[in-house]
Amino acid sequence: MSRIPVSALIGLILTGAFFFTAIFADFLAPYGLNQTVGDVWENPFWSEEPSQYLLGTDNIGRDLLSRMIYGCQITIFLATAATVVSFTTGSVLGFTAAVLGGWIDQVMSRIVDLFMSLPSLILALVILSVMQVTLPVLVIVIGLLDSTRVYRLARAVAVDIVVMDYVEAARLRGEGTRWIVLREILPNALSPLVAELGLRFIFAVLFISTLSFLGLGVQPPLADWGGMVKENKEGLVYGVSAALVPAITIAALAISVNLVADWILNRTTSLKGGRGA
Amino acid sequence: MPDILLDVRNLKIGATVYPPGEAPKDIEIVHGVSFQLEKGKVLGLIGESGAGKSTIGLSSMAYGRGGVRITGGEVFVNGRDILKAGAAGLRALRGREVTYVAQSAAAAFNPAKKIMEQVIETTLMHGLATRAEAEARAVALFGKLGLPNPQTFGDRYPHQVSGGQLQRAMTAMALCPEPDLVVFDEPTTALDVTTQIDVLAAIKEAIHATGVAALYITHDLAVVAQVSDDIMVLRHGKTVEYGTVSQIIETPKEDYTRALVSVHAIAHEEKPATAEPVLKVENVTARYKGTNFDVLKNVSVELHPGQTLAVVGESGSGKSTLARAITGLLPPSQGRITFAGRELSRELKDRKLDDLRELQMIYQMADVAMNPRHTVATIIGRPLEFYFGLKGDAKRKRVQELLDEIEMGRGFADRYPAELSGGQKQRVCIARALAAKPKLIICDEVTSALDPLVAAGILRLLLDLQKIEGVAYLFITHDLATVKSIADSIAVMYQGAVQRYGGKTDVLTPPYDDYTDLLLSSVPEMKLGWLEHVLAHRKMESAGN
Repeated sequence: MSRIPVSALIGLILTGAFFFTAIFADFLAPYGLNQTVGDVWENPFWSEEPSQYLLGTDNIGRDLLSRMIYGCQITIFLATAATVVSFTTGSVLGFTAAVLGGWIDQVMSRIVDLFMSLPSLILALVILSVMQVTLPVLVIVIGLLDSTRVYRLARAVAVDIVVMDYVEAARLRGEGTRWIVLREILPNALSPLVAELGLRFIFAVLFISTLSFLGLGVQPPLADWGGMVKENKEGLVYGVSAALVPAITIAALAISVNLVADWILNRTTSLKGGRGA
Repeated sequence: MPDILLDVRNLKIGATVYPPGEAPKDIEIVHGVSFQLEKGKVLGLIGESGAGKSTIGLSSMAYGRGGVRITGGEVFVNGRDILKAGAAGLRALRGREVTYVAQSAAAAFNPAKKIMEQVIETTLMHGLATRAEAEARAVALFGKLGLPNPQTFGDRYPHQVSGGQLQRAMTAMALCPEPDLVVFDEPTTALDVTTQIDVLAAIKEAIHATGVAALYITHDLAVVAQVSDDIMVLRHGKTVEYGTVSQIIETPKEDYTRALVSVHAIAHEEKPATAEPVLKVENVTARYKGTNFDVLKNVSVELHPGQTLAVVGESGSGKSTLARAITGLLPPSQGRITFAGRELSRELKDRKLDDLRELQMIYQMADVAMNPRHTVATIIGRPLEFYFGLKGDAKRKRVQELLDEIEMGRGFADRYPAELSGGQKQRVCIARALAAKPKLIICDEVTSALDPLVAAGILRLLLDLQKIEGVAYLFITHDLATVKSIADSIAVMYQGAVQRYGGKTDVLTPPYDDYTDLLLSSVPEMKLGWLEHVLAHRKMESAGN
């Protein structure tokens, strides 16, 4: 194990803290998600009257820290689930297209091209505006839209591997598509895919936050960070900090996961470039 | 006192290695090598891969490739210690006093620029000549190196000329600045034998005409014997033997040198055909999808059980395509292939499991023929599981038996391919093929990527296994020395057709057709003056020109 650079260490610690918060939200949050505890928009940071709540209160007087913690759970749960959906569908379909080739590959790739040519945010808005927005629907819509990107990468990586002699040897042995995809290609395609996993997770976080901000994401009474920015954005005009807190955490999560992904990417590419490890 | 151009004293070179799961550590890869080179002379550096020959060659430009550092010793070029020269001093040296010719010209040329631009680039950069002068020099060099239409050759792009021509263009690039020393790093290794001989002759001629000194790096003693004045044999970063060409070839002192000189001495008698042929290829014609050019033209050959059929020819002669047709990867458009008495389906997907099992394949590059993420046990064990349903202990036991058979012994089963040497990797591939209990193994250039001594070991192993298992080999190669030591019958292929076919003795007995003569005479022999002799007696020009 080589030394972990400082940037990756910071990323790892922050990411770990976010996931810890998400998992143990029920124990960590001092108040309930929808429990009104104080005045509207108490601001602990730069107002004259101090607040007894660490991060102040939101637009209807709920404890912002508790809502941030529950929001962390929803945001991270949704993003993780969407990433899992996008990765399994994207990589399985991408590998299959690369292995089978021919017209199957052509049809699948052109359909993916078609979806990628439409801005995914607009596509998501259209789909979600005609459907009832529940958590599973959100996960599937975001996951499938993101899976087009994963498909592209998985197919590109697998196309390089498919022409290797060991895959040809497996074909000459009479192996089926299942063995070739799972045992010959997947282990060799894993490094670039794991690095991509980090990036796709961030995009999922940003996507969910954007949707919630626009009102088509997570619906009340549940709350996520994007929705909390939306609820509190009027407060900015009166100099209230409440909208900035979720905005900053979204940025912090994105950057910390990115730092980790960068580090993994660096490690895997240097392995690939090395002359016979 | 002769004029010493390059004087290397007690050169030590180190590198940092990153063993998996351990802390990085510094190791020494060249341990105190010394030699001298006079003006206008050629020194051959020879050794197997990992001997440090390229590393030593590049040290004459004070350059360490890929994390390699020069850690000790002195390198004098024209009396100056270049290891102390500093960045500006090195810039003045490289490309002016010392130039470099790389192994793969195809990878070393920029595909987006014309050849002339690249050949004169260094000369212009150092301000050694005006553009017109440099171009005139380059054209003269093209002529000297025997390139076609020297006046217009430089107007072409790298992909528009053949591999052999590109290698000569790179030699022109190295000679254009009129350097004192040229480092040739395996310049003919990637070429066909018939092309290699022309490039070799051109390089030798150019060295003599310009009076430049050269370091000639190669793993082929027969090649270096044709161009060098002195030879230095290297192994594991140490000098094994250092002397004149005639001394090294005729009276080698060290065992290792003797082994190198006599590497092609495997004796193999042609066996008579006994039973019905295991493989019958009849009038097979094949073309790749979307082309209208037949890469195989009416090919017919037969192979008897327990025998070896060698298919020889240069790149593009269709010998690997024949293998693809037999394995079903490229369905033939005409003709039929009979295997073990049954007619084989054209398409791979229509073949029966027994046909797949009894027809195995070994590849040229063992590196890419094994999944780098599988252990040796998985690689060899998979055919056992797949064809015979072996599991658990029975599989484990059979894997070890196979490992014993390929002379690898204990402790290899849990290793990954990256933890094996080149020869060991090829042995594992042989074991994988044997695991299926095949009747026929197609060997596609299995020894071409290996060092001569390792290759000889693999050939011996293949011959021994043939005696024990009675398996037949279809042996595809461009190396006639290998053919002589392993084949029972030979098919010479040229431009997709079988040019000459029969028992080994018949094929290798004159009178030859023109192509077989060219091919046979192009194999470098461990003899002084062989190159001149061959060039004087040839009937046919190489096809690659």
